[in-house]
Amino acid sequence: MADKNSFLLRIITPDRVFYENQVEMVEFNTTEGEIGVLPGHIPLTVIVKPGILNITEAEGDKQAALHAGFAEILPDSVTILAEVIEWPEEIDEERAEAAKERAEERLRSKTPETDIVRAETALQRAMARIEVLR
Amino acid sequence: MASMRDIKRRKSSIQGTQQITKAMKLVSTVKLQRARANAERSKEYFTCMYDTVNSILRRVGHIEHKYLTPGASGKKAVIAITSNRGLAGGYNSNVVKLITGHSEWNREDLCIYSIGNKGREAFLRYGYEVKNCNNEIVESPIYADAMALSAELLKAYADGEIGEIYLAYTAFKNTVSHVPTLLKLLPVEVSGEEEEKSEGAKAVMNFEPEDTDALDMIIPKYVTSLIYGALMEAAASENGARMQAMDNATSNAEEMISDLALKYNRARQGSITQELTEIIAGAEALG
Repeated sequence: MADKNSFLLRIITPDRVFYENQVEMVEFNTTEGEIGVLPGHIPLTVIVKPGILNITEAEGDKQAALHAGFAEILPDSVTILAEVIEWPEEIDEERAEAAKERAEERLRSKTPETDIVRAETALQRAMARIEVLR
Repeated sequence: MASMRDIKRRKSSIQGTQQITKAMKLVSTVKLQRARANAERSKEYFTCMYDTVNSILRRVGHIEHKYLTPGASGKKAVIAITSNRGLAGGYNSNVVKLITGHSEWNREDLCIYSIGNKGREAFLRYGYEVKNCNNEIVESPIYADAMALSAELLKAYADGEIGEIYLAYTAFKNTVSHVPTLLKLLPVEVSGEEEEKSEGAKAVMNFEPEDTDALDMIIPKYVTSLIYGALMEAAASENGARMQAMDNATSNAEEMISDLALKYNRARQGSITQELTEIIAGAEALG
């Protein structure tokens, strides 16, 4: 705990505690762009945008697809309240590919009724899933 | 005295009922275990969300925000979580009483978003305005259901149709204790207890994007998580309440059966005695 090079990362979803450990760095995508957090960060609240979550532990890296939620960053801890997050092994690649194509199709053939924000979010989600698998 | 046949019929009918209540008790015990495990796993998110939002709000101080001040409309929306099925003791009526018995609320000011058929029927009977909600979601709540409901409510709130949002549900303390609870969702109220000690110690919270925009996005998630947590707890409470009710019913049936068995035996004894007396009297008359 007393280690200056690490901080406590907690990732919590509505159904379970997804991750809880001491880490050296965490990177993820926010509405304002990608962010990398090291220990001793100023207090900051950010909104998550679909993308890859990269955790750097003392033993190595871990990745997950993080889709929605927000994060509270404090100097000695980071809490990510994730509405949707998945480890790579939980992702169904075929479904992600299909979702990506659907979203692209919707954006291509857009009509006034198309919910563009929703389609774009869906596309970002699908791409994050696929990227994590690679 | 009731005839032997009547007593026998009544006893076997009670035995039939007892078998049903016993089976229902077993079913709800199993369901309770599952629902409780789910509720406990989601509790972490629920409390963490609550703490985080509280600490954020404390640190930003008192800012003007649409979710922090009551809406212009005097109408209150109440989400009432009840069950679709009865035979759960006071589970449903306690939630309904929480709202109908509230001293400061008038019927005209309320708009009930009732989840669960039993509550819906009761509110309609009392003449409340009831919005149509999906009753299916109490059975096995998923997060998307809570998202849809909170989106609907927040839209009504943003449009000025409702000024405050409340949540009435049954909190699950443990297997035998379930507490009907009324919770204020919007506007968000900061609990001021820890305010003083945390004021100086913690640095000012920064937001990315701007604080009002960030709250715009966080508060809906906060509302969703509270609704979801309430749904999970209500599901556990429902099964707990039903288990208790069915347990009581089974032991009551047991009592009635032993009472009737005694009566039956007495009646049988009585009829034998009577027959004997008649035969002896007959024999004496002949002799």
